[in-house]
Amino acid sequence: MTLEFTLSSARNALRARRISSRELTEAHLAAIEALEPALNAFITVTPEQALAQADAADAAIGRGEGGPLAGLPVAIKDLFCTKGVRTTAASRILEPFVPPYESTVTANMLRDGAVFLGKTNLDEFAMGSSTTTSAFGPAINPWQRRGANVQLVPGGSSGGSAAAVAAGMALASTGTDTGGSIRQPASFCGIVGMKPTYGRCSRWGVVAFASSLDQPGPFARSVEDTAILLGSMAGHDPKDSTSVNRPVPDYVTACRRGVKGLRIGIPREYRVDGMSAEIEDLWSRGIAWLRDAGAEIVDVSLPHTKYGLATYYIVAPAEASSNLSRYDGVRFGLRVPANDLTDLYEETRAAGFGAEVKRRVLIGTYVLSAGYYDAYYLKAQKVRALILRDFTEAFGKVDALLTPTAPSAAFGLGEKSDDPVQMYLNDVFTVPASMAGAPGISVPAGLDAEGLPLGLQVLGRHFDEETVFAVGAALEAAAGFSAKPAVRMEAGR
Amino acid sequence: MASASSALDPAAVRRIARLARIRLADEDVAQLQAELGAILGWIEQLNEVDVSGVNPLASVGAATLAMREDVVTDGDQTEAVLANAPARSGPFYTVPKVVE
Amino acid sequence: MSAYVIQGATGPWELVIGLEVHAQVVSRAKLFSGASASYGAEPNSQVSFVDAAFPGMLPVVNRECVAQAVRTGLGLKAAINLVSRFDRKNYFYADLPAGYQISQFAHPIVGRGVIEIELEGGAIRPIGVTRLHLEQDAGKSMHDQHPALSFIDLNRAGVALMEIVSEPDMRTPEEAGAYLRKLRTIMRYLGTCDGNMEEGSMRADVNVSVRRAGEPFRTRCEIKNVNSVRFVMQAIEAEARRQVEVWEAGEAVQQETRLYDPGRGETRSMRSKEDAHDYRYFPDPDLLPLVIEQGWVDELAARLPELPDAKKARFMSQYGLPSYDAGVLVMEQATADFYEAVARGRDGKIAANWMLGDFFAGLNRMGRGIEESPISAEGLGGLLDLLADATINGRIAKEVLEAMMETGEAAAAIVEARGLRQVTDTGAIDGAVDQVLAANPDKLAEYKGGKEKLFGFFVGQVMKAMAGKGNPALVNEALKRKL
Repeated sequence: MTLEFTLSSARNALRARRISSRELTEAHLAAIEALEPALNAFITVTPEQALAQADAADAAIGRGEGGPLAGLPVAIKDLFCTKGVRTTAASRILEPFVPPYESTVTANMLRDGAVFLGKTNLDEFAMGSSTTTSAFGPAINPWQRRGANVQLVPGGSSGGSAAAVAAGMALASTGTDTGGSIRQPASFCGIVGMKPTYGRCSRWGVVAFASSLDQPGPFARSVEDTAILLGSMAGHDPKDSTSVNRPVPDYVTACRRGVKGLRIGIPREYRVDGMSAEIEDLWSRGIAWLRDAGAEIVDVSLPHTKYGLATYYIVAPAEASSNLSRYDGVRFGLRVPANDLTDLYEETRAAGFGAEVKRRVLIGTYVLSAGYYDAYYLKAQKVRALILRDFTEAFGKVDALLTPTAPSAAFGLGEKSDDPVQMYLNDVFTVPASMAGAPGISVPAGLDAEGLPLGLQVLGRHFDEETVFAVGAALEAAAGFSAKPAVRMEAGR
Repeated sequence: MASASSALDPAAVRRIARLARIRLADEDVAQLQAELGAILGWIEQLNEVDVSGVNPLASVGAATLAMREDVVTDGDQTEAVLANAPARSGPFYTVPKVVE
Repeated sequence: MSAYVIQGATGPWELVIGLEVHAQVVSRAKLFSGASASYGAEPNSQVSFVDAAFPGMLPVVNRECVAQAVRTGLGLKAAINLVSRFDRKNYFYADLPAGYQISQFAHPIVGRGVIEIELEGGAIRPIGVTRLHLEQDAGKSMHDQHPALSFIDLNRAGVALMEIVSEPDMRTPEEAGAYLRKLRTIMRYLGTCDGNMEEGSMRADVNVSVRRAGEPFRTRCEIKNVNSVRFVMQAIEAEARRQVEVWEAGEAVQQETRLYDPGRGETRSMRSKEDAHDYRYFPDPDLLPLVIEQGWVDELAARLPELPDAKKARFMSQYGLPSYDAGVLVMEQATADFYEAVARGRDGKIAANWMLGDFFAGLNRMGRGIEESPISAEGLGGLLDLLADATINGRIAKEVLEAMMETGEAAAAIVEARGLRQVTDTGAIDGAVDQVLAANPDKLAEYKGGKEKLFGFFVGQVMKAMAGKGNPALVNEALKRKL
C-alpha cells in the first residue's frame, strides 16, 4: 500500500481525509518491520515518536491547519542531528551520541509537519558509494538482478535513505550529497534524488564530512515529490556562514514548466572509455526524449571533467581529516579508556573509525601536511576553479546538462574489489558538479539487461533548481519508469 | 607535485597516523602504505593540468562572510553540554592527567 | 643602537627580542559563537555547542570582534587589510575541542604597523609591528584538581583573541617592557582589550636570541605565556644569559619553547623535541573570505578616541608640560581625563605637579587607582583654587589634601572647619617674628655674625609659631626687615 503513494498523492489523501496520518504512519512502520531484516535501511526506528507526530498532524489537518508536509512519513539520513534521537553517522565513535539540538533542515521539516520514521543507514561519516562502510552493517538494495539471489548495494553514502524510499518504507527521505551521495544511490535504487546548489540548504546540525561540498537534499519516488520536500528543506540559515540568503522559489510549479526552447548540453567528456553500451543507449534515449519535448540539444565541452575525481579525493579527505578531529572521546561519543591523553585519542579513534574513514583521514592529513600542501591541496583547489569555470562557460551556452548518473547499475556486495580506487570511480559523473557546487537530479530512466535501474542526471546553473526540476520532470514523463524492486511490500499490504 | 607514492614509506605512514591521532597496529602499516600509495599515485594525474594564473577556489558561490551582532544568545546550558560526556566531574570534562 | 650587552666570557653579546602578544578582545559574545565572553563564570556555563565542537556545529563571525581588531590596527598605525581569511590551525589538545583553532595565517586582517616607545632619558624608538590577526582562544585545562585527571572548562574556548606580532626590533629588556606597556595603554584607550595580564586577558610570548654585534640573527627560543611586564623583562635577561652560556660553551642553542620560572629566575624547556607541530593550515571551509568596506574602516577611524601619543603631544603644547610629566598623565585615559578636568581654567603645570606629586602619593598609600579616587577632579581643582587666590599656602594645602582624601570633604570646608586660612595680617606676622627672634638670641647672634643659612631656621620657627598658616612671602619679607 505504501508504494502506491507519492508525497503528493498522500498529501492529497490526508487533506481529503481519505486516510489519516496515523494509518499512513502505521502502514510505513509495518513495512519497516517487515522489510528491515532483508534491507537494513535503518539504524534507528522511532515508532512512538512517529505515531505521536502523526496524531499531532491529524489534529492539525483536522483544524484546517497543517504545513506542506503535515502527516507525511519520511526517513532521515543518520547524518542529520535529531534532538533527543540517537545520531550515529553510522560510526562506532558516535554510537551513543544523542544530540541536544535539531539540525536546521530537519527542524524545517518538523515545522512543516513531517512525521519522522527513523534514521537511515549510510556509509560511515558519509564516506563511500555503497553503504558498505557502515558500522551497523551494509544496507541492501531492494532491487535484485533478474533470476539472481545476490544482495546488491543501494549505492552510497545515502544508501539507507534510497532503499527505504524504493521499498516503500518511507514516502520520501533526506540524504546528503558530497560527491554524488544522493544522486548515485537514487540511480541504483530506481528513485529520484536531488542535490541542490551548495548553500541552498543549511548544513547546521549535519555531521560534517567535507564542508565545501556537503549539501542536504531529498529522495522520493517522483520529481514533483523531491520538489515538495526541497521546498521545506531549503532556506537561508544565519547559523551557517555558507548558507545563501536567497528566497526559496516554488519548485513544484517549476516541475510543470516543460522544456520547450531550453538548450540542453551534452558534455562530450562524460562519454568515458569503456562506457557500457546500455548506459550509452539510455543517454541517447534521454537526449531523444528531450528533443521530442521541444528542447534544443547542444554539444558542449567541459574539458576538466576527468580531473574531478582526483580533485575530489584531495579536497574532501583534507576537509574531512580536520572535521573529524573533534571525535576524540572527550566530550561525546565513544571513549576507549587510557592512561594518558594521547593514548586516549589514538585508541578511541582507532577503535571508533572504520577502515575507509581512517584511509580518508590519513590521506587528508597527508595532503595538508608540511611540504605537501602546495602540491596537493592548493593545486586541487586551482583545478577546482577550472572545473567551475567549465560549468560557468557551458551554462553560457546551455540551460542544463544531461549525463548518465553512474557508470553502472547497482553492483553486488563485495563485488567491487577491495581496491579503494575502484570504488571511487563510481563517482565519476557526479563529482564534477559537486566540485562546482551546481545543482543536479537523478531520474530513473530505464532498466539494464538484468532488470536493474539506471538513472539519468540533469545538472543546472547555481540556484536554478527550477530548470533542473523542469528537465527532470520531462525525462520522468517520457521515461514512464514504473518498474518496482523485488523487495517491497506487496500491494494491498 | 612530488612523487608521493614513493615518498610514502612506513615511517611516513606512522608519522601521519600520529598527526591524525589514530593508533596503527604494526600489522596494519604495510597495507595502509599500499592503499594510501595507490590513492596518492592515482591523484598524481593532476600533474597534467596547467594551473598557471589560476587562483585557488575560495568558495563556489561569490559570497563573502556575513557577520553576526555582538549579542549573547547562547551558553548557560552546562548540563546539555556535559550530558554526552564519557567522563565528567561536576561541571568539568575529565581526561587522563596531562603533564606539561 | 642601544649599548645594552651581556658580557660573556668571550666578549659582549647583543639581544634580539620579539614579542607575540595575545590580547583578549573586549566583546560581549565570542568570536564565532553567541556564548558570553565574560570572565569568571561557573565552569562550562558559557559554552555554545559550537564552542564545544559538537557534530554539525558551524562558526559565524562576530562583527564587533572584527571592529575591535580594526580599531587596534588603526591605533598601531597599521595597514588594514580589507580582504582577509580565516584558516584552521590543526592540532590536538585537551582544551581545543575541535582539534583545530580558527585563526588567520596567510591573510591577516591587519598588516604592518608601529609602536613608539619612550625610554628612560626621553629617547623615542619605533618598534615595528608585523601583523595582527584574529583567532579563537582555547579552553582551560586544570591539572592540579585531581591526582589522575585533568579537568576541562570550555568557558574561554572561542573567546576572540588578537595576536599582535612585533618585528624583532627590541634590543633590551627595558624596550620590551616599554613596548608591552605602550601596547596595553593603546588597547585600553581604544577599549579593545583591558590589558589585564594577571587575569590573563593579555599574554606575552617572548622570542629571544643573542648575537655578536653585526652578525645575522642566531637561533631563537620562545618563552611562552609570561603574565607580567616585570616577568617578561626578567625572563629576557635570564634566557639571554642562558643562551650566551650555551654559545660560549661551544654548543648551539636549540630552537625550542620554554617557560619562565619566576621563583628560580630561570627558563626551562617546555616540550620535548619530537612534538614539533605540523599545523596543516588551510582555509576554513565553513567560512568565506572576510571582506570589509573602506567606508566602515573610515567610520571606525573617525570615532576613535584621541590616542596616547597625540594626547601627550597636546598636553605638552597646550599645558606647557614637560615630556615626562605628560607621558605619565596619558598612560591611562582615566588619568588624562581627570587631569584635564583639573587643569581646565587653571594653571596646567601646577595642576600636573599636584597630581603627579601629593595626589598620586596619596592614592598609592590608599592602594587605589584613579577610578576609585576619594576626591573628584573638581574637588582637586577646588584645592588648587584656594592656593591660587592665596587663601591657603602650599604647606597647608598638603595638609588639606590629606584630609580631603581621608574624609572626601571639599577643600574649602576643611579649611574653614579647621581654621586653616592663611594669615596675611602683617601685624600678626610681625608679632610672631618678634616672638621667635626673642626666643632664639644665640641663633640671632650667629645669623648677624654671618651664618646666612639660619634664615631658613627662622622661617621654620615663625611658621611653627603660626601653625603653618603664615603667608610665606610676607613671613620672608618680615624676617628680612627685622633681621
